[in-house]
Amino acid sequence: MLLIRCPWCGMDRPEIEFRHAGAAHITRPGPPDRVSDEEWAAFLYLRDNPKGRVAERWRHVHGCGRFFNAVRDTVTDVFVVTYRAGEPRPPESAPPETLPPETRP
Amino acid sequence: MVDGFVDTPRFRLIEAPPLARFVLRAPDAALKAAGKAYGLALPEGLNQGASHGERGKPGARVALHLGPDEWWLIVPEAEGPEVAAALEAALASHPHSLVEVSHRQVGFVLEGEGAAALLNAGCPLDFSEQAFPPGMATRSLFHRVGLMIWRMAPGLFRLEIDRTLAPYFVTALAEAAKDHS
Repeated sequence: MLLIRCPWCGMDRPEIEFRHAGAAHITRPGPPDRVSDEEWAAFLYLRDNPKGRVAERWRHVHGCGRFFNAVRDTVTDVFVVTYRAGEPRPPESAPPETLPPETRP
Repeated sequence: MVDGFVDTPRFRLIEAPPLARFVLRAPDAALKAAGKAYGLALPEGLNQGASHGERGKPGARVALHLGPDEWWLIVPEAEGPEVAAALEAALASHPHSLVEVSHRQVGFVLEGEGAAALLNAGCPLDFSEQAFPPGMATRSLFHRVGLMIWRMAPGLFRLEIDRTLAPYFVTALAEAAKDHS
């Protein structure tokens, strides 16, 4: 069983206490009356599916109950880092080529 | 419900008396006022439990910090209304939510030198005293059932389980206990 570090509890906890909650850092477009159907469809449905490190939302549902973000490697299933919701993705958690162009060093 | 189900020299499961339970969601700024009204300082560290008095006896107070802004408050059944009124009065100037959940859960006590090993039959947490010292309280899972585990002493666990799922928990625990007898 994987151990996942909950950034709120500050401890490693068994993976069955957690629920996956989709991709992290998805910004809701707005205001609604100025959002095109294409933009809205992209917000709702279009996601990257990279091989390697991805930022995901997780919830410690059978623990403190809080959502947080985690960078996980989809190949090895290693949790690189976890951090609280609302915090930016730690830059050291991703190889440069996978970062969005504007944030590359 | 549990009499005789899990009762060996190494561990024993006891059902707690009827209790009044509250879930308090409040910001840190409200803690001092809440603790004063409650008669027991609410623990500030996450996953910490505090108590004074004897379970179910008049004046007993339990406070468990289970989420960043979430506390469970457990008091004798008869004192529920007055505790709720005192807290509401003290927290009037703070944004908060105080919900009574007395009948949502049933409480258990699991005690004995083998209690931690028995819980590990269905709960993957590390119950060594370094990782889960006395005083720590948290939600977790026992097989498919969510539960609250509060370690009051090395061999003394206080458990809270949703009422409808309690029979499953007790039966699963009794089944696991067979491996230890």
